[in-house]
Amino acid sequence: MPTSRTEELPVIWFQASTCTGCSVSVLNSVSPSIKNVLIDEVIPGKHVNLRYQATVMAGQGDAVIEEMEQTADKKKGAYVLVIEGAIPAAHQGGYGVVGEKGEKPITITSHVEHLSRNALAIIALGTCAAFGGIAAGAPNPSGSMGVLAFLKQQKITTPVINVPGCPPHPDWFVGTVASVLLKGLPNPEELDEHNRPKAFYGKLIHENCPRRAYFEEGKFAKKFGDPGCLNELGCKGPVTYADCPLRLWNHGVNWCIGSGGSCIGCVEPGFPDLLAPFYQKLSDEALPVVGQGKRG
Amino acid sequence: MGKIIIDPVTRIEGHLKVEAVVEGGVVKDAMSSGMLFRGIEIILRDRDPRDAQRYTQRICGVCPTSHSMAATLNLDSAFGIADKIPDNGRILRNLILGAAHIADHILHFYHLTALDYVDVTKVLNYDGNDPALNSVKAFAQRGELGPFVPRYEGDYRLSDQGNINALADYVKALEMRRKAQEMLSIFGGKMPHNCAIVPGGVTEVVTIDKIAAFLWRLNELRDFIDNVYLPDVIMVAEAYSDYFDIGAGCGNLLSYGSYDLDGKDPDLTRRQRLFKQGTTSTDLKVGQLDTQKIAEQVKHSWYEDSTTGKHPSQGMTKPAIEKKNGYSWIKSPRYDGKVYEVGPLAKVVVAYADGNPAVKPLVDSTLEHFKAPPKALFSVLGRHAARALDTKIVADAMPGWLLQLKAGESAYQPYEIPDVGTGMGLVEAARGALGHWVDVKDKKIANYQCVVPSTWNMSPRDDKEQPGPVEQAIIGTKIKDESNPFEIVRIVRSFDPCLACAVHVVTPKGRTLGQFKVS
Repeated sequence: MPTSRTEELPVIWFQASTCTGCSVSVLNSVSPSIKNVLIDEVIPGKHVNLRYQATVMAGQGDAVIEEMEQTADKKKGAYVLVIEGAIPAAHQGGYGVVGEKGEKPITITSHVEHLSRNALAIIALGTCAAFGGIAAGAPNPSGSMGVLAFLKQQKITTPVINVPGCPPHPDWFVGTVASVLLKGLPNPEELDEHNRPKAFYGKLIHENCPRRAYFEEGKFAKKFGDPGCLNELGCKGPVTYADCPLRLWNHGVNWCIGSGGSCIGCVEPGFPDLLAPFYQKLSDEALPVVGQGKRG
Repeated sequence: MGKIIIDPVTRIEGHLKVEAVVEGGVVKDAMSSGMLFRGIEIILRDRDPRDAQRYTQRICGVCPTSHSMAATLNLDSAFGIADKIPDNGRILRNLILGAAHIADHILHFYHLTALDYVDVTKVLNYDGNDPALNSVKAFAQRGELGPFVPRYEGDYRLSDQGNINALADYVKALEMRRKAQEMLSIFGGKMPHNCAIVPGGVTEVVTIDKIAAFLWRLNELRDFIDNVYLPDVIMVAEAYSDYFDIGAGCGNLLSYGSYDLDGKDPDLTRRQRLFKQGTTSTDLKVGQLDTQKIAEQVKHSWYEDSTTGKHPSQGMTKPAIEKKNGYSWIKSPRYDGKVYEVGPLAKVVVAYADGNPAVKPLVDSTLEHFKAPPKALFSVLGRHAARALDTKIVADAMPGWLLQLKAGESAYQPYEIPDVGTGMGLVEAARGALGHWVDVKDKKIANYQCVVPSTWNMSPRDDKEQPGPVEQAIIGTKIKDESNPFEIVRIVRSFDPCLACAVHVVTPKGRTLGQFKVS
């Protein structure tokens, strides 16, 4: 039930160089539902006050840009900034423009710089925002990079939590937000060396894969649709850190390896270039030794 | 004379700016500009062609499934297996694509469009017992209304009860579109960005329990489509019936057709599909699809004039930033030199004009309800109605397809990647005709080209000075209130623009666009 003392957490959700897949994935959140996230107290007494989100918000044009900037100015140090998509930094940011001010278009890079400086914390949502992702695939025509790399260049030190995935699982995002609402920013030991919450990205796909027994027995699928471990079809589960095999996707109905399609390592900093070709078998040296947690 | 600039246009996919020059309350000129460049086609060069399915889905997180379909049909043809996909694979692809369209169309009507017509704040007048509506009322009473304000004001016409019902359906639709993506994932692995559609077929293995799991979700969605979505479209259309006369556009329609009913014909332009391939216009005569008639023109796009008029398979992208005639990074695809609109309107009207028995009665009864001639389909409301009927038609076809699946039989045809090959993949995305072309050399991608629905619809003027479909739809529109130009955003959103798709290939090297305010 809503209380009379609802605390509002202002959130600006800024879409940089994105396909909008992260937004669509978060719409798939089950418990809480996206309606709960937008409307209700997502944690008792606390409401996520989403003040800018281009996919769902009613307004458009100057009015919404003004709303976003006012939030950044008036709620200095009190709002969470969610960034979806890579930062296209080539040509002084000229590859990405969102809105305008006076007579000038506003680049994504200048938005991100301004919004980041005043934020309480930043959630870099999706692999593009976290590490550059698909947009930064060679030859990286738009000079795209992750938020943290961009902020380092700008000497901005606002804390960044990376929630990668192409797209990220809705639970990874909602769980990260809920954690911030409940107990503030995560301690350093709660994040891995890529600033990902260990709660979601702590274990290899391969460690918890239901096809793991086939791997141990040396039973490998030779073509799609075969039973067996997908290693020879190029599965990147052995070098990918995420809880997909336990959490499953889309209300638990399936997941990549569950459908017989292989893992492509979409949560990893090297995605896509270090993981591609997606259907080529990993070299044996890349396979982890159980218990040693070797990083891909 | 004033200039209305809407930047960003929200509740679409991607970063879009629209400018309209208004004189005496009427739009005299209009331009649309895509504002983001990533260069996925450039990134695809020299990669393993099989990976194109995974990369091109990431052009668009709203319509990834359509890209996965276009990419695999394209690769099937390049690999010489276009006529060898097992029936299970063909049917699973249809089911996955159908599920994606159901999810997309529900999302588009309720979550991307409805806020232009529905006044959410009327929930404050709600005094019933529905817990969902009461929670929204409590939210409204707290007074922090983001993301539902700010917004345009002044032209919300539904009754209080109509607004409240529509809001309840908006909330319900959030759940239904999620369930449609869950249904998709039963055979597709996950959404967004499925992993199961691959060259050769589908990786998923058909089992009886998955057929049942899919069917039960489909039944719930069909109930929603018939008893909530279609009635809501009619309710909005009744209250805003002048929008049957607004946003007509160019009057020519192009559809690649969708949902293969037989996989044996390797020629996608003639293959038997649930929705037929073809062209039509306001005269409702159907033309046979001939992809050789497609050419991309660049007179008003920032590309070298020497590259104009190329077929997509020969497409070239040579930026010419200083070009004086240019005002867009989007090229102008034209069919037989003429301007064509793509989208559910084209898909449904081509099938209607062809006399498709699954389509014609539905369109006729819709027109009958509004006492409107077929010409009324060419409008803002016609596009929304066609999108809703498109949803119903595929949802009604899907149970039959499910029953054609054979549990235990393969859905995948193994193949070898040839040293050299060319391919073409044609499908209807939720937003319209989507084509992929590939050139394979040394088992790698030498060239990959996508011509996407929003490139057709959002295109600028062409070599013959013909404005693009959205521009034509905006030009001539009366604007009641230049501070709240509902007409423009309603027209633009009726096309369901997808900008990440449309500007995937452009190269805007630091150009500063001229900017003006309403004056």
